[in-house]
Amino acid sequence: MTRQEILDLYFIEARHKLIDVAAFLDRAARAEGVDDFRMKAFHQAMEELSKDEPHAAKRVLLAFSDPTQEPIPTATTQGACGAWPGAK
Amino acid sequence: MRYIEPHAHMVSRTTDDYVSMVATGCAAVCEPAFWAGYDRNSADGFRDYFLQLTDYEPKRAAKFNLPHFCWLCINPKESEDVGLAKDVLALIPEFIDRPNVLGIGEIGLNKNSRNELEVLEMHIDLAARHDQLILVHTPHLEDKFKGTRLTLDALTNNPAIKPERVIIDHVEEHTVGMVLDAGFWAGMTLYPGSKCSPARAIDIVETYSAERLWMNSACDWGVSIPLSIPYTAMEMRRRGHSAEAVDRLIYQNPLAFLSQCPKFKL
Repeated sequence: MTRQEILDLYFIEARHKLIDVAAFLDRAARAEGVDDFRMKAFHQAMEELSKDEPHAAKRVLLAFSDPTQEPIPTATTQGACGAWPGAK
Repeated sequence: MRYIEPHAHMVSRTTDDYVSMVATGCAAVCEPAFWAGYDRNSADGFRDYFLQLTDYEPKRAAKFNLPHFCWLCINPKESEDVGLAKDVLALIPEFIDRPNVLGIGEIGLNKNSRNELEVLEMHIDLAARHDQLILVHTPHLEDKFKGTRLTLDALTNNPAIKPERVIIDHVEEHTVGMVLDAGFWAGMTLYPGSKCSPARAIDIVETYSAERLWMNSACDWGVSIPLSIPYTAMEMRRRGHSAEAVDRLIYQNPLAFLSQCPKFKL
């Protein structure tokens, strides 16, 4: 498909999702309390979007990922929360 | 349109889903052993589950003329308890020759713990000893990248494992390359919220080609879409892919992988 055809097919949907992200940030900012590691990871992931580099989806996924290589001693939970708590 | 649903947890779905799948061209459904949403208390609970997967569920699917196959294991979410896992693994050989059993799966990691890794290695060894196909689950969200790397290490460390007989499921943009580069098959799961969307799955096909790739819904007891394969096929056609290319991805590819098990006949 041409760039124009991709825009025709997906622009409105992507615009909708981007506004949803913006509204989420507004909602979180309005709420009382403090952020945790998830919001920090979210902002780091958003930085990837403004870079003029290929593979944005992969870079965003990696921004949320545990980059370590050793197994953890014990699984204390069964679920995943979407961001790695150890991110700096 | 025809397609194979290579990963669906039908024990959690209704007969309406069977009707919809068959009506949209589903030619076979394959059901990996899964977490029930709660931890089972004993190996006996797994024995009942394996009976359901190998006896009752294929009969239920047959009412809709849909061939039903399954995979057996203890799911990674229950693998922290190594003692329980050993008891469950000891059960598997008595079920492995049943006519709808395709292999060992969905094994893998959940939180990437040492115990989970030990149980994964035991499953890999069991599959190797019984010459079984393997279906691997990769972890969710932030744990997927690390878990996929650990899984690839565990598989390649076992010299009896042939990559072409292993499918590593739930790949996304950050893991698909390493799986394919290592010679394994890769599964893209079309699951709302936490895994691939149809558009992203097609992006991956366009980036890597359809070689050694399949798609599945992994529909289960969560919010999931049993018809996500035909929906994604529609999206592929909208993106200009030929009917032949769609057929290759959603029918011929799973057929090629699964036919390595002589019991998989349509």
